[in-house]
Amino acid sequence: MMALFLASLGVMLLGGLGALLASERPKLANILGAGGAFIGAVLGLPAAVFAALGGPPASIQLDWALPGACFDLALDPLSGFFLIPTLFVSALAAVYGTGYLESYRHSKRLGWMWLCFDLLMLSMALVMSARNGVLFLAAWEGMALSSFFLVCSDHEAENVRQAGWVYLVASHLGTACILALFTLLAGASGSFDFSAWPSVLHIRALPPALFFLLALLGFGTKAGFWPLHVWLPEAHPEAPSHVSAVMSGVMIKAGVYGLVRMLALWGAPPAWWGWLLLCVGLASGILGVLFALAQHDLKKLLAYHSVENIGIIAIGLGLGLVGLSHGSMLLAVLGFGGGLLHVLNHALFKSLLFLGAGAVLHATGTRDLDELGGLMKRMPWTGAAFMVGAAAISGLPPFNGFVSEFLLYCGGFADAAAGPGLPTLAAGMAAIGGLGLIGGLAAACFAKASGIVFLGEPRSPHATHGHEAPWSMTLPMVVLALSCIAIGLFPGPVVRSMAAVVSCASGLPLGEVLIPMEHAGVSLNMLAAAAWALVAGVVLLAGLRSWLLSGRLVDAGPTWDCGYAHPTPRMQYSASSFAQPFTELFSGVLFTRLRLDGPKGYFPAGGRLATSTGEVLRDTFFDPVFSWTGRQLGRMRFIQVGRVQVYVLYLVLTLLALLIWLTGGKP
Amino acid sequence: MTWAASLLLSPLMLSIIARTKAFFAGRRGPPMLQPYRDLAKLLGKGAVYSRTTTWIFRAGPLVGLAAVLCAAALVPMGRIPAALSFPGDLVVFAYLLALARFAAVLAALDTGSAFEGMGASRETFFSALAEPALLFALAALCRLAGDWSLTGVLGNISGEDWLTHGPAILMAAGALFIVLLAENSRIPVDDPDTHLELTMIHEVMVLDHGGPDLAFILYGAALKLWTFAALLASLFTPPEGTALWVQAAGFLGCMAAASIAVGVVESVMARLRLSRVPMLLAGACALSMLALAGTLR
Repeated sequence: MMALFLASLGVMLLGGLGALLASERPKLANILGAGGAFIGAVLGLPAAVFAALGGPPASIQLDWALPGACFDLALDPLSGFFLIPTLFVSALAAVYGTGYLESYRHSKRLGWMWLCFDLLMLSMALVMSARNGVLFLAAWEGMALSSFFLVCSDHEAENVRQAGWVYLVASHLGTACILALFTLLAGASGSFDFSAWPSVLHIRALPPALFFLLALLGFGTKAGFWPLHVWLPEAHPEAPSHVSAVMSGVMIKAGVYGLVRMLALWGAPPAWWGWLLLCVGLASGILGVLFALAQHDLKKLLAYHSVENIGIIAIGLGLGLVGLSHGSMLLAVLGFGGGLLHVLNHALFKSLLFLGAGAVLHATGTRDLDELGGLMKRMPWTGAAFMVGAAAISGLPPFNGFVSEFLLYCGGFADAAAGPGLPTLAAGMAAIGGLGLIGGLAAACFAKASGIVFLGEPRSPHATHGHEAPWSMTLPMVVLALSCIAIGLFPGPVVRSMAAVVSCASGLPLGEVLIPMEHAGVSLNMLAAAAWALVAGVVLLAGLRSWLLSGRLVDAGPTWDCGYAHPTPRMQYSASSFAQPFTELFSGVLFTRLRLDGPKGYFPAGGRLATSTGEVLRDTFFDPVFSWTGRQLGRMRFIQVGRVQVYVLYLVLTLLALLIWLTGGKP
Repeated sequence: MTWAASLLLSPLMLSIIARTKAFFAGRRGPPMLQPYRDLAKLLGKGAVYSRTTTWIFRAGPLVGLAAVLCAAALVPMGRIPAALSFPGDLVVFAYLLALARFAAVLAALDTGSAFEGMGASRETFFSALAEPALLFALAALCRLAGDWSLTGVLGNISGEDWLTHGPAILMAAGALFIVLLAENSRIPVDDPDTHLELTMIHEVMVLDHGGPDLAFILYGAALKLWTFAALLASLFTPPEGTALWVQAAGFLGCMAAASIAVGVVESVMARLRLSRVPMLLAGACALSMLALAGTLR
């Protein structure tokens, strides 16, 4: 299996390099780049699935000349589980990319873009299988840089450069925390190998809290936990859509993976870790969906939803940790199980939605919701797939999003019914209330997004001229939509096969995981029965209606607008108005700006209303802090004289100082 | 049996509410079987679809009714178990109703009408706020009953629980009643008798549906009202060990009482201003959290 995995990594690298070499011939670059990604995924997926199901561990160690480094890869259930969506989604995004990048067909940039895409995929696979700190950091950095270049694909635009810059800074601040964490751990154990790292609870010199907070900050920045998410709604919308799908669908999961991996290494946590993660999850979930509701840019809205879904994942992990530390196995297993399953589910529906948004952008040239409308008739496949994604992300049955949320609810309700102590009850109730609110708001947000974009009448010429995307773009969306439905209709087998993964993530022995899993399995089978009954009900009612209507008059007419005979597309409800009750009630956190030029006088010429919701945290906290830091650091500018000789002198002096420090001043 | 009863009897609740309101207004009110006649009349009609709409509009009533039919199968009649019961079914119940709402909202947006868009926006707004209240109230009952399926929860609340945790159960029931009013578009949240500018929530969303589609929607609404009322009525049913017919009669009596209560609220109250409704729902949420706290002893 390791050989297969290595072959997959090799194919990705070769595909990327081949695409770069073929830059002069964009068509060939397209084939090589996407082919490398696709074949790499086809080779790697069996290895990932095998590992995730708890197959015998596979690993490889190769020497590496870097100090402390070792090319140490291993596939265990946790790695395998995260690799499945990574490879699957990236492969489909690559197929989609061949159609989406059609507009670049005369540009030499195509070769670079495919190289970066394949490198992004390769480095994600390495991050999720590395067992050495240095290798992990190298892959992590590769992931950050390749995605940075992809975000900046259209760097001629000012806002794209700005977004790329924010992303690069945020990404490196996170990496700095991980670097510090790994150095401290390596210092305590004398090695950069994960297997040599002790449980932080046993390092006497430093408090375990420090390690946990560093991990939470470092990995949380990549994952997009609130309040570290500010880069996410900037960067994800500006990237080409198939890259947005990969970044939002799977790359941010690398942050979740890192956190889970560290927690699994460290063993039984103090209770407050779980509580902190739960609170972070609730804040990310609720604020993420609220800000999403207030957005009018389709891709920005989806990016905020990534914050929300990462929040749901964190709620699951937090419940799991609280359950572990209070000895409630049911809560622990269902929390980890639900959180991890949501990793997979979110990868599927979020990438589906981003690909759908990309198809809309491709067809109409705009991401502004209020310019769109009526696309369901013009883009039937994209529209249908987007609807499936919208229902799935809102956590509605019979789609996959509901299954993972159901597991989390089950944890909370089962724990409440078992009559536990106050702590786990409080955690369960916080999760239940939070998930309920998030679910309701997410449904509202996606009713808005899918309704305004695909339903009704076109609101502008952009939408009128919309057309269906080529099959290379629609096919990946249809495959993703079918996977969302498949998990929703067959939840039992999927969850049962996750036992090894949950055991690996929570540190509980497999036997202890299986009992609560079986418990949940019974509910899931009945849930599947209910889902099938629902599908059967819809089919039967459709039959009944067509039988009733057969032979009767079925007519078509204009929309009944309360007696108004000629409704125009401009009279439709807009995205701003749909979100207005929410932005008004939650104005205390959203600070939506409203610009109203109302109609004036007896014969008003026209009025305008525009709303916009910026990133409050960025405007009020991060921007001031960073510009202050920038000003302070500006005072150090005198050391930059612009002569290479002086810089070499700095290097020598630093080395000298380090040597003196290392030898303690003794000759 | 419980399922069949809900399918057959749910429109009757509408008649009882209408009769109650008529009593307060000093009128005679429509015959008890009027809702059935309305449904039969609508099922016998043809259909007109707006040219703006797509398959989403036609699927809306089907998905809505199918989801409510499934949800109704999960609800017991007091201590008489539901047709389908499993641990965690209360979550499935809540989310099936959410699916029905989502389908209705999309169908409304599909018409491109400003009125229906307005209704869709408000419907999603209020239901998002009502969701936590419903879940907390159910969690409080779960904790009392030591079970986490609807049948188990509602069947296990005994007379003893009423003695020890009476206030908690009453508060949960109060929260459930407010959620019932909000989810079924009743006064003081919405007015089911008008789809004009005054309310513009649920009724305005279904303006464009007609014929069998409207029949499906109206029947689904009656069934939804039945399921919520059944949650509430099950709390007040006769104690364990009584004969089946006593159980059934007691439950149906409670259902009639719930309908009358809805009718009384509709007769004596005006609809709240839209901006006040979130406060009512937050109140329901606070009530259900208090109920939860009340179960801690």
